[in-house]
Amino acid sequence: MAKQYETVIGLEVHVELATKTKIFCGCSTEFGGAPNTHTCPVCTGMPGSLPVLNKQVVEYAIAVGLATNCTITQYCKFDRKNYFYPDNPQNYQISQLYLPICRNGGVEIDTPAGKKIIGIHEIHMEEDAGKLVHDEWEDCSLVDFNRSGVPLIEIVSEPDMRSAEEVIAYLDKLRLIIQYLGASDCKLNEGSMRADVNLSVREVGATEFGTRTEMKNLNSFKAIARAIEGERARQIELLEEGKQVVQETRRWDDNKEYSYAMRSKEDAQDYRYFPDPDLVPIVISDEWIERIRKAQPELRTEKLERYKKEFDIPDYDAEILTSSKVLADLFEATTELCHKPKKVSNWLMVETLRLVKENDMEVEDIDFSPENLAKLIELAESGAINSSVAKEVFEKIFKEDIDPDKYVEEKGLKSVNDEGALRATIEKVIADNPQSVEDYHNGKEKAIGFLVGQTMKAMQGKANPGMVNKILKELL
Amino acid sequence: MANIISDETMEYVGILAKLELSEEEKKQAESDMGRMLDYIDKLNELDTTGVEPMSHVFPVNNVFREDVVVNGDDRENILKNAPGVKEGAFKVPKTVE
Ligand SMILES: [Zn+2]
Repeated sequence: MAKQYETVIGLEVHVELATKTKIFCGCSTEFGGAPNTHTCPVCTGMPGSLPVLNKQVVEYAIAVGLATNCTITQYCKFDRKNYFYPDNPQNYQISQLYLPICRNGGVEIDTPAGKKIIGIHEIHMEEDAGKLVHDEWEDCSLVDFNRSGVPLIEIVSEPDMRSAEEVIAYLDKLRLIIQYLGASDCKLNEGSMRADVNLSVREVGATEFGTRTEMKNLNSFKAIARAIEGERARQIELLEEGKQVVQETRRWDDNKEYSYAMRSKEDAQDYRYFPDPDLVPIVISDEWIERIRKAQPELRTEKLERYKKEFDIPDYDAEILTSSKVLADLFEATTELCHKPKKVSNWLMVETLRLVKENDMEVEDIDFSPENLAKLIELAESGAINSSVAKEVFEKIFKEDIDPDKYVEEKGLKSVNDEGALRATIEKVIADNPQSVEDYHNGKEKAIGFLVGQTMKAMQGKANPGMVNKILKELL
Repeated sequence: MANIISDETMEYVGILAKLELSEEEKKQAESDMGRMLDYIDKLNELDTTGVEPMSHVFPVNNVFREDVVVNGDDRENILKNAPGVKEGAFKVPKTVE
């Protein structure tokens, strides 16, 4: 009988914190500026420059630690991790090895077999590196240090996951917690959340772990799932052939659906960590922790309960809306303006999510204002525009965040509610289509649909369908 | 000297520190490092049971900055330190991952 294998997975998740400035200097963390426009002597590692810790980084790290049930290390400090690479101008990365800020936590995930706790070994604070771009023309590399010094937390899980589904559930949970805390936007595609997967396989029933590999370059949930399947298959094949799995770092190529061993930097594992003498220790008092605990915003579970009680929407809607901080914020802000929770929910759950999917976006990329959605709902509910016009206007809001009042006015999309004008048009439609009128009188209910269509066409789609129906029946 | 640094160790440390030393410099460094380790051995003779490890020489902690942007665009000055410049970036020899 073929051997049965179990996959053992641990994750190292890097999250860029949502601070305005870098971890050790007053440079902006804004994404996408021209190369090196957000740099100073500190984040380019100039000799003699001195790092000073951004307090907000510590506060975010503590908040994430508390929300993931960790113990906060009340006396912690920074260490230097030494390695040479052009994206790291100091030749060391400031990180935490000996006394990471959070330890021994965990989050609960749902699996087909029930609830399961994924342990968190530690969370530490560190700085991000710069960005290297290869220049084909001159066959050289170009370094942009805008990202150098952007604050990161690295969340190191225990090797508690056994499948790609569990990994995705864990990442989803972390992402939701961190987004709700406002500590990061956690966009995988922009790199503000990055996951390295440590994976090994062993025979079912074995107590020892197999040799693990680490996989990098995973920038979507789909890529993570595919990489896990691919690496599991690769390792099992090696074992079946009687070969050894080599402990190494591999880079996942999502197009080729295969991972490649990364050229090992010479003796890269010897980082010679030591305490950073430029940074003084951090002492975190009980009061400080309590203050952060009290200021913790409402997390998903509480929000879900509140939605079910406070708003007249189905439980299913509440589940979907609270599954993303962006959706939940939009829902609440829009409902606050128009007081029609079910209508708001419908626009978000149906049209918004449809457009997100069609445009191959993430929910985090939604970027229209609650004011404009609220105005659109008013327009549709008052009958000022009909439902097909409303959908059309919504697409403009979704894409360009236009003001629907202005847009409808400018494009002349208002429904014609003027009964006199409508009546005249319908009279003409009836006169022009005697066959349909006869069909209708002969009991073909469907014929009225054709007449409604003709009327809408004559009114350029701007008639109020309810009114058209009413007048048609009356005249017939 | 109680601690002898082997040629292999010297080679390894040189690679880690990205240093290319002449034979003469290597011999000198081996003897310097041996004496440093001797000194560490001496320190290890002390009984430090119950003594908190020291994390920093200054009795200072919690030195923070507020999260406020104070640096503007100073690219021109920063790039003066670059070995080469292209398109606003530091130009360095080709690095392949
Ligand atoms: Zn800076």
